Amino acid sequence: MPSQQAGERDARESTVVPVPAADAVLRTHVFDAADLRRALTRIAHEIVERNHGADQVVLVGLYTRGVALAHRIASAIASFEAVEPAIGALDVAFYRDDIGLRPVAPLGPTEVPDIAGKVVVLVDDVLFTGRTARAALDALHELGRPRAVQLAVLVDRGHRELPLRADYVGKNLPTRSSEDVRVRLAEVDGDDGVDLWGIPEREDERR
Amino acid sequence: MKHLLSIDDLGGRSGIESMLDLTDSFLEVTQRDIPKVPALRGKTVVSLFYEDSTRTRLSFETAAKRLSADTMTFSVSTSSVKKGESLLDTVQTIDAMGVDAIVVRHGAAGAPHRVASWSSARVVNAGDGCHEHPTQALLDAFTLRRHRGPSLDGCRIAIVGDIRHSRVARSDVTAFHALGCELTLVGPPTLMPERLDGWPVTVTSDLDEVLPDVDVVYLLRIQRERIGQALFPSLREYSARWGLSVERAARLKPDTLVMHPGPMNRGIEIAGEVADSARSLVTEQVANGVAVRMAVLWSLLGSGGPIV
Repeated sequence: MPSQQAGERDARESTVVPVPAADAVLRTHVFDAADLRRALTRIAHEIVERNHGADQVVLVGLYTRGVALAHRIASAIASFEAVEPAIGALDVAFYRDDIGLRPVAPLGPTEVPDIAGKVVVLVDDVLFTGRTARAALDALHELGRPRAVQLAVLVDRGHRELPLRADYVGKNLPTRSSEDVRVRLAEVDGDDGVDLWGIPEREDERR
Repeated sequence: MKHLLSIDDLGGRSGIESMLDLTDSFLEVTQRDIPKVPALRGKTVVSLFYEDSTRTRLSFETAAKRLSADTMTFSVSTSSVKKGESLLDTVQTIDAMGVDAIVVRHGAAGAPHRVASWSSARVVNAGDGCHEHPTQALLDAFTLRRHRGPSLDGCRIAIVGDIRHSRVARSDVTAFHALGCELTLVGPPTLMPERLDGWPVTVTSDLDEVLPDVDVVYLLRIQRERIGQALFPSLREYSARWGLSVERAARLKPDTLVMHPGPMNRGIEIAGEVADSARSLVTEQVANGVAVRMAVLWSLLGSGGPIV
């Protein structure tokens, strides 16, 4: 099961154009551990600034790495604010629009505190086509009626297929659709970092 | 997995455990204020029940509805079967309407296999004769795992009663053995299968001998409708020797659990007080049945790939 889940996770996070792992080569180290920490610290401050505090904020991470990121942002906020925001974990598998088109697996149990009247900040690692975020909005809708929903992502890599944008972005990273942004977090992958991978020959064909 | 006709279709321990892990996600869905997700929108699930059933049919239909699938119910008493329509013609008729899954219960062992060979839909065996009832075994394993898990290795289970006519026992033995449990079958020799070659079990007719050692007592229903001839002298004698009475339950270890697939014959295989006691998992089994069947339908219709 663990290896299978890892496979499903990779399929989800590379979304519509999965990059064959065997052919991909590392192109750039986008973030090291310190860059990643600074980006999350900035996002934590922006969330508090925009919402005039953190007491009405619920951070809801999207499985798998979004959940770990939500916890880190919450502890970052707790380090300079009096309150630590509530945290939730959301699985969007049952709300995806590509069920039946490719393997989709639930990644973990949804655990979201009361969101009625709160400001929900959805947290994910990479914003790409926007389809995961759309599914998250549907999933959230059935759990309650928040006052507002905002989106925080570590990397925005472009190529949106839906009219969505992020409110908080760790890094805007222009990519080709054939490339793959891989976020590593200590909780999930053993260490922190963000890398850009690509396939040499396909890069010239596309774009 | 194209169909779920037998526990073996899950592919042994890892496949069973994957399905139980998947069930965790669906159990959370069933506990929400709005216990419904759009995962199987547009899919149609037909329940084709040639035998009476309350909990299995309702459980499958609830599972399908909570996944937003459309459900159709076929019950023999109000159908063209009464006019003599064969199983083949019935399945071809249903198939022609373009359904995605057929949940089959039939009195003949192997009927779901035949349905699977005639239809393009995915087929789930909801009990075929004295053969198998795979979703019951999955919900039993899931329920037990929530109390004794995550690993069931070394868990000692006594399955008591009418083993010969029990499809639940056949599926449960396969599933629990795959998960590492130690199994003892208990009951009158006349209610044991004629051959037990290759069954990974020990067999005894003395319930009192096994009770103090086991972690779980799994009681089977005395199936009065399947017992044509006299296989034991009377229900009263059966109850006296193999029923889990209040006195017998008092000799169990404090943490021993009691399970029953339902419907219960209170006062025959299980005393009412035992069925309602804290060690009984009977109602929890029913509740978990919906989540397990959601996981099965999702695996067959929704996952779009080889999840198990």
